Order: sequence, then C-alpha cells, then structure tokens
Amino acid sequence: MAEQPIRVLIAKPGLDGHDRGAKVLARALRDAGMEVVYTGLRQTPEQIAATATQEDVHVVGLSCLSGAHLELFPRVVQLLREQGADDIVVLGGGTIPAEDISALRELGVEEVFTPGTSMHEVVEFVRRRVHL
Amino acid sequence: MSLAEGVLRGDVRATAKLISLIENQPEAAVADLQELHPHTGNAHVVGITGSPGVGKSTLVDGLAKRWRKEERRVGIIAVDPNSPFSGGALLGDRVRMQDLATDPGVFIRSMGARGRLGGLARATHNVIRVLDSGGKDVILVETVGVGQSEVDIVQTADTVVVGLVPGMGDDIQTIKAGILETADVFAINKADRPNARGLEMELRTLFGWNQEEEEDRWIPPIEMTVATTGAGMDELKEAICDHWDHLKRTGELQHRRRERYEAELQSVVEDYWRKRFFDYWQREGHWERVVEQVLRKETDPFTAAQQLVVPFLDSEVGG
Ligand SMILES: Nc1nc2c(ncn2[C@@H]2O[C@H](COP(=O)(O)OP(=O)(O)OP(=O)(O)O)[C@@H](O)[C@H]2O)c(=O)[nH]1
Ligand SMILES: [Mg+2]
Repeated sequence: MAEQPIRVLIAKPGLDGHDRGAKVLARALRDAGMEVVYTGLRQTPEQIAATATQEDVHVVGLSCLSGAHLELFPRVVQLLREQGADDIVVLGGGTIPAEDISALRELGVEEVFTPGTSMHEVVEFVRRRVHL
Repeated sequence: MSLAEGVLRGDVRATAKLISLIENQPEAAVADLQELHPHTGNAHVVGITGSPGVGKSTLVDGLAKRWRKEERRVGIIAVDPNSPFSGGALLGDRVRMQDLATDPGVFIRSMGARGRLGGLARATHNVIRVLDSGGKDVILVETVGVGQSEVDIVQTADTVVVGLVPGMGDDIQTIKAGILETADVFAINKADRPNARGLEMELRTLFGWNQEEEEDRWIPPIEMTVATTGAGMDELKEAICDHWDHLKRTGELQHRRRERYEAELQSVVEDYWRKRFFDYWQREGHWERVVEQVLRKETDPFTAAQQLVVPFLDSEVGG
C-alpha cells in the first residue's frame, strides 16, 4: 500500500473575489500527490478552522488578496489552538507586504509566500514540513 | 482516552483522527471499530450518486439543511476519484456546502480514492460506522457513479438516490450499468433546464412504471429538483424518508443489513487468513522456493497449494 498522502486545505478568507491563484496552487499540490480540500471563496476563519479539524489536514494554506491578512490569518491559528488542533500547520500567501511577514510569523503563521514564490517551492516546503 | 470513546462523546477531533486512521492504517483502527460496533445501526445512510456535475453536492447541501431544521444530526462523506497519475486528488465538494461548515450538528469529510479499489468501499463503510456511532441520524454519502468501486460504495447505503440532469442526452447510457438499477429514488436535477419531462418519460419506460402496483413493492419515485433554488427539495427529502419507512416496515432493512454484514464478515475473514498464511510461509524464503519449484516443474500449483495449506492449518499459527 502506498504511503499516506499529505492532506492540505486551501482556503480563501476575506472578501476578495479572485481564486485563480489558489486554484493553481491546489492543482500543483494535487499533481504532487497530495489530497487537497478546496472550499471556495469568502470563507470566515471559523469556517476554515472547523473544516481543517473535520478534514484532519496536515496543512492549511490561506490565500488573501484583500489586505485583511493581519487580522484573518492569526485568527485561524487561534481558533485551531482553541479546538486542540494546534498540530495543523498554517501557511499564508497573497499580496503581503514584507513588513507584515514577521508579524504573521510571530502569531503562528509558519511561512508566508508572496506572488514571486514558485509552485515548486511551495510543494517542497509542504513536503519537508509535514515529514519532519 | 481511546479515539472510540471520543467518538461516542461526540468529540470532533477524535472523530476526524479515527477516520484518518481508517484511511491510513486500517489494521490500527480495528480496536476502536470493535468498540464502536455495538453503538451503530441508528443512522439512515443515504447514497447520492450520478455523473460528474449533475449537482450531487448541491443536493447534499440542501438535504442536510432540511434535516438540520428538524434537529437531526447529519454526517456527510464526499468521495472523489483521484487523479490517476499522481495519486493526489482535488476534493472540491465542500464548495457547495459552505454554510454547513460551522454547524456543530454536521460533520463533513472528503475522501480521495487513493487507488485502493475494493478497499475504498470498505474504508467508506468504516467511516459510516464512526459517524453512526457518534450519533449522526442521517449520513449522506456522495460519490460519482462511474466505476465499480462507486457501485460498491453506493451499495453500502440504505437508500440510493441517483441524480440525473435533462439535456445530457446520453446520460442514461454513460452512467455505470448497475447504478440505475440500484436507485431507490431518482432526482432529475437542474429541472429549470428544458426537457426535464422528456427525461422523466424515458426513465418511466425504462423501469416499467406502468406495471400494476403491488402492495409493499417499492417503485422508485422520480423527483424534479432545482438544487440551487431549493425547488422540489422538500419533496426529494420526503421521498427519501418514505423509502426509509418502507425499509423498516417491510423488514427489508434487516434483510439488506444482514447481507451487508455477511459480505463484510466474509472479506474480513479472507483478509485475516490470507495475511496469516503468507506471514507463515514467507518466513525464511520458503514461499520463494516453492514458486521456484513450480517454475522448474518439480511440482505444480495444485499440489503445492495443498502442501502449503494442510501443514499451515495443522500449525500453531493456523490451528
Ligand atoms: N441551473 C442549475 N444549476 C445547478 C443546479 N444544481 C446544481 N447546479 C450547478 O451545477 C454545478 C455543479 O454542481 P455540484 O453540486 O458541484 O455538482 P456535483 O455533481 O457535486 O459535481 P462533482 O462532485 O464535481 O461530480 C454548480 O455550478 C451548481 O451551482 C440546478 O438545479 N440548476
Ligand atoms: Mg460534488
């Protein structure tokens, strides 16, 4: 039997209506052999955390273009902790200014990918992180 | 605390973890499943199947909401086929079920096929066992009606709903043979499109609805739905509940469950023996040597099988 696949939730918190980037990433992770749960646009942090817990994913990838990342990403981290699901790795992506990245890291978002990052880098990061 | 105890107390995290164990290391989940089995049997398991894109997830969402209004607890299992090359899968059914995510009376789990052919149906059956013992009143299982493993999954349901849409002329032909026959309820979804009535007529002739009604014979009703607006959804839910009542009233439920348990027991026994047998003979390269002997015509598969099985049964492991 094959080794267990990595499970990832790709979620879009916030009000922006573009999910092309999130879908491209979801497909790249799938093509790398992962099981990717995709939930669509405009998710609340509550919906994202509940979904991550039920689906028992290894990683949650949050993508946000609306500028509300400083508020939304750490809220997901906090809700997961409250649900006892703090073993789930939270990653962020989107148009995020450099000065926000260290703030997000401090609040428990493990890594932040900006539009320059290649899909390959993200896939490799997820692989390495989950197989720690 | 075991995962099973957590499941029985309605703990979401324990439920999710036990499902992962069933998916990743089925042998390691056995102790928990043993603990849960006596607590199963309450839930009405409803399979929803049909070609890609007919609106299965949207139907599931609408049905779940209607059961929630009656404060019934709902479990949902959305099985998606995998991309055959990478083994990965894009599980997108939750996009149509967003409002259910934070409802504490609903638990949703997406499953990929992971290339396990027969194993997928068994895994699904065990996930149903978990949700059932965890207190779900209705369990909705969504799966695409294309392959044999999907047919197997659907057959673990008490009530099978087959979704069709008008205007996909060859839909009835392309759907996996055997799926149409398992339907207990038909949903002609996207009935806002032209030709819904034409599809209904086609189904009626195909299944001989003109036959005289016999008492206690279930004739699969055909419901017209527009899952996106909710039109016809109350009626669809009623038809599913009618079928459940029918199953209970006629004793058919016990009959179906007995058959299902028998099939499950058979496959568990087969696995058990197979594993012990091969563990026994694969020690010290014995199995390989017998294969070589068959190859060199020193023995034949029939004689060799006998010479392997008999001493195995007499051994301490086999006896
Ligand atoms: N016009 C119309 N569109 C519908 C109806 N029901 C669903 N849809 C749309 O059909 C598309 C597919 O719906 P889903 O519920 O995802 O279908 P599905 O069968 O679960 O799809 P897969 O899981 O990919 O096989 C979505 O865009 C829905 O909004 C309906 O009754 N009428
Ligand atoms: Mg679907």
